[in-house]
Amino acid sequence: MFELGHEQFHSRLLLGSGKFASPQQMLEAISASGTQMVTLALKRLKPGQPSPDLLTPLQQAGVRLLPNTSGAVNAKEAIFAAELASELLETNWVKLEIHPDPRYLLPDPHETLLAATELCKLGFIVLPYCSADPVHCQALQDAGCAAVMPLASPIGSNQGLQNRLMLDIIISQARVPVIIDAGIGKASDACAAIEMGASAVLVNTAIATAQNPVLAARAFKLAVEAGFAGSRAQCAPAQNAASATSPVDALLDYLR
Amino acid sequence: MTDHGIIVATTPLSEQYQQHFPDTAASPLATQQSVEAQLSGKTPLFSEVLAQTDFSTLQLIPADENRIKQALYAQKPEIADLAVLLSPVATAFLPELIQRAAQLTKQHFGAARQLFAPLYMSNLCANECTYCGFSMSQAVKRRVLNSEELLQEAEAVKALGHDQLLLVTGEHERKVGMDYFRRQIPLLRPLFSRLMLEVQPLTTIEYQELKQLGIDTVLVYQETYQQQAYQQYHLKGNKTDMRWRLDCPDRLGKAGIDKIGLGILLGLADWRLDAFYLATHLRHLQKHYWRSQFSVAFPRLRPCSGGIEPKVLVGDKELVQLYCAFRIFAPELELILSTRERARLRDLLLPLVITSISAGSKTQPGGYQVAPEALQQFSIDDERSPKEMAAVLTELGLQPVWTNWHPAFGRGSSCS
Repeated sequence: MFELGHEQFHSRLLLGSGKFASPQQMLEAISASGTQMVTLALKRLKPGQPSPDLLTPLQQAGVRLLPNTSGAVNAKEAIFAAELASELLETNWVKLEIHPDPRYLLPDPHETLLAATELCKLGFIVLPYCSADPVHCQALQDAGCAAVMPLASPIGSNQGLQNRLMLDIIISQARVPVIIDAGIGKASDACAAIEMGASAVLVNTAIATAQNPVLAARAFKLAVEAGFAGSRAQCAPAQNAASATSPVDALLDYLR
Repeated sequence: MTDHGIIVATTPLSEQYQQHFPDTAASPLATQQSVEAQLSGKTPLFSEVLAQTDFSTLQLIPADENRIKQALYAQKPEIADLAVLLSPVATAFLPELIQRAAQLTKQHFGAARQLFAPLYMSNLCANECTYCGFSMSQAVKRRVLNSEELLQEAEAVKALGHDQLLLVTGEHERKVGMDYFRRQIPLLRPLFSRLMLEVQPLTTIEYQELKQLGIDTVLVYQETYQQQAYQQYHLKGNKTDMRWRLDCPDRLGKAGIDKIGLGILLGLADWRLDAFYLATHLRHLQKHYWRSQFSVAFPRLRPCSGGIEPKVLVGDKELVQLYCAFRIFAPELELILSTRERARLRDLLLPLVITSISAGSKTQPGGYQVAPEALQQFSIDDERSPKEMAAVLTELGLQPVWTNWHPAFGRGSSCS
């Protein structure tokens, strides 16, 4: 279990809802993943109209919906999108995404901090997608964000924990849950992320574009569970296996 | 082009380009252009970049199997990789090209495919383009839709299921220019999530205003980048000013337009050379206008009323090679396939490389509701309705995406 925005979650896996072949496939993957929270883009919804391909099935899935502000390129647009999403989905939770660079979809730190500050003041539970920059993550926590969501590698790239060194620092300094978002490409990446201390991971592309998305979802479910168990088991650190029986050590022991 | 080389021209391309733009002082748009150049600061315009680029080195790249494989799996594909993938030699590696392109399409777009529809606001045109059914000399009944007609058309398009609209204007600055847009765009803005515009090249300041009026995407196709061919096809009107058109995407970038659509018309000139220039153009724009998204389309010249026959035939194999090469070159790129292509080919390309299609298109003003009998700009080949297209996508294991934008994005959230 981990606490996020004063709520308890037993699944450490969050899912994205993009790129799936059909609503059915998305629902099956959600179910196989055991996730309790799925993010969806406000820009995919037509205000005031039914959404049989996305929103309606998600609402029936029995998971918490986390609207995101994807498409916003500055704080002003993101705040507006968050308010609109809040009305449409009747939630004060928002995944804050501001990426003015459409090619790599990297988050804008300046605008993200501005929007996070304002949205927290407005009473939102803010989960910001952000760069793996420890100082930036500190500032987002100071602003009142309920979590930080640093990227493991560029979104959709399936490249895994390329930012590991910075993520380690972020996790060691964290006062709120660290949810590693973007770039997680395979189940073992998710496992490693949780094992190194992240509270949760958010996965979309790796599951939705797998040959078998439902099986991939199950693999990620097991991976985050294994990662969490591994982090609590406190295995001994890696070391040179020969050292215990080394003749040098034996001599040094004798001389002690 | 030769069979074994990649980009081989009789004169070095850099020289060709020096010949292309000897002097624009005589152009009626030149004054405006120089004002824009002053506003532009240090960012060079594409025409300037081309004039300074030495393409001759590309003649030395051999395209053999190893080089093609290298280009196929390049981590950061460069222009030279694209040239290799476009080469006649690479045609023999079409299965590998398709496979690689499909893999990248899936990684970047998953199963999502965008649907949109064109709405012709007018068929007035002050240009003479020998390949176009709406050229000024063509004896076509001319029409500019008024507000009431536009709303009728828009409602008809919406009733088909569309939520992303491409406004097409013809090119007539006086009658279908900024005044007209100021009146009409605010009426259409609330009806669609994304508004796109295909219009004659305008100034940066005008594009800035269009963005505020509600335009998210602007398409401006160069048709051909080869000057001799360009001038052979474009005989009268502002469109004869090749450089004004060539630097238009720079102005769109400076105006902060969210998505910029590039394209060439296949059938006018050597398609490999045009595709190569287009890729150079794309890289230039991506570098300087990093906030904008880009789309690319490769329409093939279609028969039209009074128009010419294509000078260069681009076969299906070559079209597929072209689209796949661009997917590999720029995996994040939106690639559009027109309704002028046959249904069967569209269905085969959609899962592999195409990410955006029009459906149920009418290519004449009033075509959906007001005057469905009028003459079209070009004849379309895929007549299936948007709902039929959506069913086809679902059948192919793809997700039809009708809505993928919010009108508030792009204009400082002032629009709702």
